Amino acid sequence: MTEEQKKTKIAALTEKRNHLHKQLEDTDSSRKKNKLAAQIVTTEEKIKKVRTGERLTRQEKRDLVAYSFIAPNFIGFAVFTLGPIIFAFVLAFMKWDGNSPIKFVGLQNFLLMFNNERFQASFINTIAYCLGTVPFTLVCALGLAIVLNQKVKGRNFFRTVSFFPYVASLVAVAAVWNMLFSPQKSGPVNMILYHLGVSAKNLPKWCADPDWVMFTIVLFSVWKNMGYYMVIYLAGLQGINGELYEAAGLDGCNSWQKFRYITWPQLQPTTFFVTIILTINCFKVYDIVYMLAGGSNGIVSSSAMVLVYHIYEEAFRNWNLGYASAVAMVLFLMVLTITLIQFRGEKKYAN
Amino acid sequence: MKVKSTSYKINRCLLYVVLLLLTFLMLIPFAWMLSASLKLDKDVFIFPIQWIPENPRWRNYIDIWTKIPLSKFVLNTVKITLIVTFLQLFTSSFAAYAFAKLNFKHKNFLFMAYIATIAVPWQVYMVPQFMMMRSFGLNDSHLAIIFLQAFSAFGVFMMRQFYQGIPDELCEAARIDGMTEYQIYGKIMLPLSKPALSTLTIFTFVNTWNDFLGPLIYLKTEAKKTLQLGLKMFISQYSTDYGLIMAASVLALIPVLIVFLSLQKYFVEGVAATGVKG
Repeated sequence: MTEEQKKTKIAALTEKRNHLHKQLEDTDSSRKKNKLAAQIVTTEEKIKKVRTGERLTRQEKRDLVAYSFIAPNFIGFAVFTLGPIIFAFVLAFMKWDGNSPIKFVGLQNFLLMFNNERFQASFINTIAYCLGTVPFTLVCALGLAIVLNQKVKGRNFFRTVSFFPYVASLVAVAAVWNMLFSPQKSGPVNMILYHLGVSAKNLPKWCADPDWVMFTIVLFSVWKNMGYYMVIYLAGLQGINGELYEAAGLDGCNSWQKFRYITWPQLQPTTFFVTIILTINCFKVYDIVYMLAGGSNGIVSSSAMVLVYHIYEEAFRNWNLGYASAVAMVLFLMVLTITLIQFRGEKKYAN
Repeated sequence: MKVKSTSYKINRCLLYVVLLLLTFLMLIPFAWMLSASLKLDKDVFIFPIQWIPENPRWRNYIDIWTKIPLSKFVLNTVKITLIVTFLQLFTSSFAAYAFAKLNFKHKNFLFMAYIATIAVPWQVYMVPQFMMMRSFGLNDSHLAIIFLQAFSAFGVFMMRQFYQGIPDELCEAARIDGMTEYQIYGKIMLPLSKPALSTLTIFTFVNTWNDFLGPLIYLKTEAKKTLQLGLKMFISQYSTDYGLIMAASVLALIPVLIVFLSLQKYFVEGVAATGVKG
């Protein structure tokens, strides 16, 4: 840049700045004022940049430093998460087997889906799993939290123990469950039931019986996950003001009344939050079903089909990628609904 | 007064009984697993259950290594887990620092991109993600699993929340002293964020170690399989080798058990923090 060019540029920028100053004086709205002030600052920085002959303003340099912090994560995130999410919405309206060209088919995937028996079964089972797991886990987690919130010896040991199933490898613990709940009479659980007086022909066949399979899955899921929600409840319990209990004690309340009138209402935000997380996690269930109900080839019968399993089999066994994405949209809408409820609830409980 | 103390004692006793019962329920599958892993297949289902085998069959723990390429599986899993955990810790704490402590153009927009994905479970976009990885030539490779796990929005959120709790004055003072942003991150923020990093470590470690669906979709070659996938494969192939299955299961649990016991304080704090704040 020659001296001459520099001068004209500075003159132009200065004029712009003065113009902005004038506007600033004329305007009344504070939002506009802030905006103008920011523009003045950038213009002034630009003037300085031209004057000193530097290539970047200070703010631009700062931006670059900030982007260098974000870039490693954001690039990975944009490519491997954001991109596929956008792709998923498009794919739901397409027909594609992964090799031949993609074809737009409008709502056809959704029409196919609602008439597909496997989809219907998977939808109903997912809801049933949810209805069984959510209340059951909630009650167990709360009970466990209340017991473990007492001052008892070895409290930390008990907490660790109840949390361990949650972190344990699913494949490993599912293998044990499959043996413990073996459908034969010789299975340990059935053996115990038999010795308790259940006749041999009435012994449940657990995962081998279409009527029992969901129940077994729910039972397993409660056992595996309640420790996680127990920890959330513990945090909630520790947030309750102890004076409330003291006051209630002076008024002669018994334990049940204390629970009914102090603990339960005070824990309402926690219960709300746990319900939300639990429900969303239930919608996403897949591997538990695959481990417990999938045979040696991993094929699950329609009595235990869940949505994610349906997505998996349609996409990676039948290569109906468009159809699978349409099912994924249903899953997304279910999760979105719960998330919106959560946002509304958070507003309510924030006050 | 005396009446009260006896009723108190009864309550205490009841409490302990309940606790022991619960512990029993929680631990019994693990105990059974351990006990069965030391038995011959034919002795596994003997009733009444023999908790401590008369002749513990330690051979199960040796045989399992030759029956399936277990050492290969373990190695694959260790490799993937370590790389993912490192990438996750490094990139999310790095990005979180910018979101928490720096002002820059499009900051809110970029952060919104992260927020918008919270409500979208992985299962919703796993299909297009797979197709994309395949077009990159990454299917049946460990790199796919690593990319899929390493850049989660969760890590950025968690670290950002923690950094926001550190007073801005600390950074300002360092800037006046002439430190660059990278120095502030490396010398001030990182050492302060040990608790948050530990929480993120254990979450990432456990999730990656135990992940099943990701490897199931991507890894087809046996030599590339992870421990979870290999274990499942073994269970399907030798479904009646009960003793061996249980021995393999015990082995698959040990690393997580060690990490969990050594970092459990952070795990519990992490769950509680994300739980309370939502």
